[in-house]
Amino acid sequence: MSETLSFLTMGLYFGGTLLFLAFLLHRSEVLSRVSVFVAGAGFLAHTAALGMAMVSTGQVPIMTFRGAMSFFAWGLVLVFLIVGLKRGLQVLGAFILPLAFLSLVSATLAPVEADAIAPVFQTVWIHVTLSILGTIGFAVAFVAGLMYLMQERLLKSKQFNVLYFKLPPLDFLDALNQRSILFGFPLLTMGILTGAVSAQLTIGSYLNWNPEQVWALITWVFYFVVLMGRVTMGWRAKRAAYLTIVGFAGVILTFVGILLKSPQPIAHL
Amino acid sequence: MNIIVLGLNHRTAPVELRELLAIPDSRMGEALARLLAYPGIKEAMYLGTCNRVEVYAVVEKGEWGFRKLEDFLVATHFSLSSEDLLPHLYRYSDDEAIAHLFRVSASLDSMVVGEPQILGQVKEAYALALTHRSSGVILNKVVKKAISVGKNVRTNTRIGEYAVSISYAAVELAKKVFSNLQQRVVLLVGAGEMGKLAAQHLVNHGVKEVLLTTRNHHRALTLAKRFQGHAVPYEQLRSTLPKADIVICATGAPHFVISKDDIEGAVHQRRNRPIFLIDITVPRNIDPAVKDVDNAFVFDIDDLKAHVGHNQDERLKEAETAEKLVKEEVGSMVAWVRGLEAIPTIVALRKKAEDIKNTELDKVFHRLGEVPEKDRQAIEGLASAIVNKLLHGPLVTLKAEAQSQNGFAFIEAARRFFELREREIHSLQSQPIDPEMGHEASEESLSQKDGL
Repeated sequence: MSETLSFLTMGLYFGGTLLFLAFLLHRSEVLSRVSVFVAGAGFLAHTAALGMAMVSTGQVPIMTFRGAMSFFAWGLVLVFLIVGLKRGLQVLGAFILPLAFLSLVSATLAPVEADAIAPVFQTVWIHVTLSILGTIGFAVAFVAGLMYLMQERLLKSKQFNVLYFKLPPLDFLDALNQRSILFGFPLLTMGILTGAVSAQLTIGSYLNWNPEQVWALITWVFYFVVLMGRVTMGWRAKRAAYLTIVGFAGVILTFVGILLKSPQPIAHL
Repeated sequence: MNIIVLGLNHRTAPVELRELLAIPDSRMGEALARLLAYPGIKEAMYLGTCNRVEVYAVVEKGEWGFRKLEDFLVATHFSLSSEDLLPHLYRYSDDEAIAHLFRVSASLDSMVVGEPQILGQVKEAYALALTHRSSGVILNKVVKKAISVGKNVRTNTRIGEYAVSISYAAVELAKKVFSNLQQRVVLLVGAGEMGKLAAQHLVNHGVKEVLLTTRNHHRALTLAKRFQGHAVPYEQLRSTLPKADIVICATGAPHFVISKDDIEGAVHQRRNRPIFLIDITVPRNIDPAVKDVDNAFVFDIDDLKAHVGHNQDERLKEAETAEKLVKEEVGSMVAWVRGLEAIPTIVALRKKAEDIKNTELDKVFHRLGEVPEKDRQAIEGLASAIVNKLLHGPLVTLKAEAQSQNGFAFIEAARRFFELREREIHSLQSQPIDPEMGHEASEESLSQKDGL
């Protein structure tokens, strides 16, 4: 049953992705409504799947790589449904839904061993949840940065096409970028701290310099610099957009690293 | 005699070329005098707006007139050659020229169909022609009619409702950079009509503050009152730029007022907060190189045109109605102009014949001395019969041909055959031949200058 729901979710997200991409290139009110509807249906199926998994295993289903990616995708779509519908920005879906779909697909590609997360300590789930929520923030910042650069290029080249009319104003995208980082950064900070505490409790040291920890720290320092740069040196707008895209690329690399890695536990992301 | 127009507009020529041809008001007298110095050009009017440069003229021969107008345009700027210019020019004569002017002033030929500025610009061009005495009988009639057609179209169709003018396109573009205009500071540089309109739209959207600067500080103070903004001395333009989120430039200066360096400095001081610039006049006032500055967005009139193009479809239907209105008016105007030309010629011809007859009769009666009343009547009758019979053919032909395509040619021929000098015709014309003249004089403020 849970499997069926997972497939249904994936199918709906895929359909939503295609619909949103069509919406991006055509002037159609119907497409906008249909794609939001499909995304909403996908989200419901996704929620149900997560709920069932939770009931059957008795814990938050994020302790596997697959579960973590699924939770990440779920959070992304939730953000879209909240921000996108509240602000009338269906266009966000055209960027977030493909990302959510790709996350689910990458999760299924994960080797079975990667599913093994050492359930060494009960509170590890807090660390994972916080890290994933932080990552969702960075993902939204990435999407905002991408949209910013697209709209900036369209404005500079004076191409007043369908995409130009659908993309939101530059300052909104810049603000969304900043807010997403402001949302993600403290969560990542707490995620890292709880991870360190878990590591201390399980392995006996806060930091053991494994690649995931190093990447997590680099990511943290990077976003810290991005935030400070904005406040002190005016790193906003185009530069902020570039930086958040680079930053998220780093985050993805961390995930890929985990994915390709041997059965070692990923408790300390 | 032909009415001709030679010109280029936003469809036929790029902004770079249009701005080379711009003639400032201060030099209009000189330019119009240059036009009238060509011996075959009788009347002339120069219409220069952001989107078009057109020279209207009444000339002796159409083909010859076009060549002279080409010479005139090429001579407006030293860097122009006729090879650069000719491919962009359009030429209309007589009916087509009148129809074109009517369409222009009805805003049907505008970048934004239905935009309200063009009518005022036609009025200004006409006022300048009047001031410099370059318009005459024919242009006075045609241009005044064009202005009333423009008004008529505006009041009798809904074309103006859709007139999302170019200045409004500026607001829509600004909204793609700034989601909330209410926190934005607008800087208006210069007092050009289009600039003021754009500023007005922004004020209507509730911008936080309006700053104004013009070369003439008094003008800025007056504008500041109108927009409830703050006038800034023109010397402080550069230091004011960083405060502005939106800059509208409409100075009418023939050179760049804002350079790339200015904007680089401003963006730096703004700590990369975007700055949005609209260059709404021709010649351009903002160096186009500003587009290479990160976080600076500059748009000129052609960009606004491209932006406006997207919601113009819905206006086409109203435009069709307007076209019909214009067409009707063109028909009656063309006939009217021709009739107007024929009637004074006919009147002058009759008067001349009558004068000759009376002079000759006086001479005869003087020589003959006492003549019986019966003989006297017979002689007078003979003279009248000869005059009437001789004139009958030419008069009938003139009346008939006046409505035809070659009407002007027949009138010209009649004038030459009978040696009717222009002064004689024009002095007669001041008599109220046309019933519309009185009506127009009352509603047209411009016609007060008509006596010039």
